[in-house]
Amino acid sequence: MAGLGSHKTVATSPGQLTFIQAIRSGLRDEMERDASVILLGEDVGAKGGVFKATEGLQKLYGQTRVIDTPLAESSIVGVAIGAALNGLKPVAEIQFADFIHPAFNQIVSEAAKMRYRSNGDFNVPMVIRAPFGGGVHGALYHSQSVEAFFAHVPGLKVVIPSTPYDAKDILISAIRDPDPVLYFEHKKAYRMIKGEVPEGEDYSVPIGRARVAREGRHMSVFSYGLMVHYCLAAAEQMAAEGHSVEVVDLRTVRPLDREAILESVEKTGKALVVYEANRTLGVGAEVAAIIAEECFEYLDGPVLRLGGPDVPAMPFSPPMEDFFLPDTDRILDAMRSLAAY
Amino acid sequence: MRVVKAEESLAPAPAIQVEMYRAILMARMTDERCWLLNRGGQAPFVISCQGQEGAQVGSVFALDRTQDWFAPYYRDLGVVMALGMTPEEILKSVMARAGEPNSGARQMPSHFGSRRLRIISQGSAVATQCLHAVGVALAARTRGESALAIAYVGEGGTSQGDFHEALNFASVHRLPVIFMVENNSYASSVPQSLQMAITDVADRAAGYGMPGVVVDGQDVLEVYRVTRDAADLARSGGGPTLIEAKTHRLTSHSSDDDQRVYRKSGELEREAKDDVIPRFRDHLVGSGILDAKQDQSIRAELTKVIDAATQVAEDAPYPGADETYLHVYGEGPPFPEDLGGEPRLPKGD
Repeated sequence: MAGLGSHKTVATSPGQLTFIQAIRSGLRDEMERDASVILLGEDVGAKGGVFKATEGLQKLYGQTRVIDTPLAESSIVGVAIGAALNGLKPVAEIQFADFIHPAFNQIVSEAAKMRYRSNGDFNVPMVIRAPFGGGVHGALYHSQSVEAFFAHVPGLKVVIPSTPYDAKDILISAIRDPDPVLYFEHKKAYRMIKGEVPEGEDYSVPIGRARVAREGRHMSVFSYGLMVHYCLAAAEQMAAEGHSVEVVDLRTVRPLDREAILESVEKTGKALVVYEANRTLGVGAEVAAIIAEECFEYLDGPVLRLGGPDVPAMPFSPPMEDFFLPDTDRILDAMRSLAAY
Repeated sequence: MRVVKAEESLAPAPAIQVEMYRAILMARMTDERCWLLNRGGQAPFVISCQGQEGAQVGSVFALDRTQDWFAPYYRDLGVVMALGMTPEEILKSVMARAGEPNSGARQMPSHFGSRRLRIISQGSAVATQCLHAVGVALAARTRGESALAIAYVGEGGTSQGDFHEALNFASVHRLPVIFMVENNSYASSVPQSLQMAITDVADRAAGYGMPGVVVDGQDVLEVYRVTRDAADLARSGGGPTLIEAKTHRLTSHSSDDDQRVYRKSGELEREAKDDVIPRFRDHLVGSGILDAKQDQSIRAELTKVIDAATQVAEDAPYPGADETYLHVYGEGPPFPEDLGGEPRLPKGD
C-alpha cells in the first residue's frame, strides 16, 4: 500500500493546511490542552500512522499517551472503551475504515449502549478515527464507506468533515464530546484538499450542524466528505448554465441537521443527495425520507440520490474504480435531470 | 528473593472469614429467592450464581474494594454482593423495578454495573468485558494509580476473540489486570470438551506470556490466596495473571433451561456434594471460627433481610415509558433532530 501511505509534501500558504495537517493539528492541540487525551492504534506511534496523521506526537507526548497496539481492531476499540470508562479521552485509530468490522460489536453493542444500559452511570467519551473512501487504488478493502452502519445506531455520533477547517474543529468537538464519536476522514482528501485553519482556541464547529457550502436558489444538493468538493465543482458548471445550486455539507450524518436540510429544500424545492457509499439504505435514504415526510408540499421534483453502485466494494481496475466513484460529470447529469423538473 | 510465608498467615482473619461466609450465603439465598419469584410468575428470567459463589467472594475479598475495578459476567452475583450490592437491589432488578441500580431496569437481570461500586457495566455478549478491564487498567496506570482491574468470564467466553485479544494486549503492555475464568464445565448446554481441546484454560496463559493458575474454585481460601498473589504481581508492575477456578453450576443455565437433558448421569449429585457452602462451613467450624448456632443466626438474619427486600421490591413501581428516551446521549434527551417522526410518549404515566 505504498501508494496510499506515501507522504507527499504539499506547498501551502501561511495559515493554510492540508486536510491531514489539520487533523494532526487538532490532535496536538487537544493533547497539549488535556493530559487525559491518549491515542491508540496500529502504527500511530513511532511511524506516526500510515498516513502520518499522528506524526511526531509520540515524540511529544511519550509512549504512554501514544500507544502502538497489537493488530486487532476489537482490542483497539474495547481497550479504548475501558480507558474512557476510567477517566481518559481515547482517540482510537482504525487504520482503514474497511478494518473496523472486527470492532463492530464493541462499537455498537458496548460503546453505543453503555450510557443507556447503565442508566447514565457510565459514558464513553471516545473518538474512533478511520480513513474511508476510494479513488486511491485501494480496491475492495482500502476504499469502503462504512458510515451508514454506524449512523443507524442511537448512542453513536458520526461525523465526516470535508474541509481542513472543519476537520480540525469537528475533531476537537468530538474529543470533548461525552459520547462515542466516529470520525471518518476521506483519504483522498488528505493531501488534495487545502484550506484555512484557525489557530488557538477559536473552535466553533459543533457536532450535528450542517454548513451551506454554496448558496443557491434552484436546487439543494446534500453531501459530505470528498463528494462535497465534487458537488461544488458541478454547481459552478451549473451556474454557467444558468442554474443556481445550493450545496449543503452535512458534516455530521448522525445526528443529521434536519433544520438545515428542511430550510434549504423549503427555499429551493428540489433535492439531490450525493454520496460515495453504496446507494441503497444509506444516508441518502434518510435525507430523502426527512424531506418527504416534512416538506412534501415544497417539492417541485423527486428527491434524487446519487451514490456508489450496489456492488460489494470498489474494484481495483481503474475503469471499474472510476465507474464506482461518483464524479463531477455524473453529479452534473443528476443536477441537470433534476433541473429539468 | 521473595520469602514465601506459611499458607496460614496469608489467610484472612477469622472475622473476615465469617464475613466471606455471610457474603456467600447472601448470594446463594438471594439467588434462591429469585428462582422462587420466577416460578411464581413475578420474575421473567433468572440466571444463577449457585455453585460459583466461593470463587466469586474469595477473589473479591483478596482485592482492594476501595480502588480496584471489577468487570463481572452474568453469574457473578457473589462478586457484586461482596462489593456491596444489596438483596433489595437485586430483587428489584429481577422484577424490573425502579431503583434497580444496574441499568434502571433496562437490562435483563444479572447484567451488573455500578460506578459507585466500581463494577463496569456489562452487556450480554460474552467476553467483551475482558477488553474493558484492560482499558480501565491502562487508564489507572497512565495516572500512576495502584488500582487494578479484574475481569470475570466463563470458560465458554474464553472461546471469544475478545478474551484472547484482552490477554494479549494486557500482557504486551504489562497491565495490572487479573483474568478470572470461572470454569463450571458447561457453556449453556455445551460441555468443555466441545469448547476447547485442552483440560485447563489456564494453559492459554503461557501463549500470552503470563502466569496461568488453576485453583479449586470450591476452596474459598485458595481462591483468595491465588488472587492475592496475582494482585501483588499486577501492582508491582509484573503484568496480568490468568486464574482458572474449577467450579460447578448447580442450576440450569437459566430459568428457561433444563439441564437434566444434557448432564451426564450422577454428575449433578457429585457436584452438589462438592458445594462451597458446606465445604466452607466445615472449614470454619473445624477451625473453631464458627459454630452451628452462629451459622443458624446468620441464615436467620439473611432470611429476614431478603424477606423484607422482597416486599420492598414487589411494592416498587416499574420505571415508566417516560424514561425511554433518557440517557441516549450526555446532552440529555436525544437531539430533537434525532427524534423526528418517532412515536411520541404518552402524556403522564
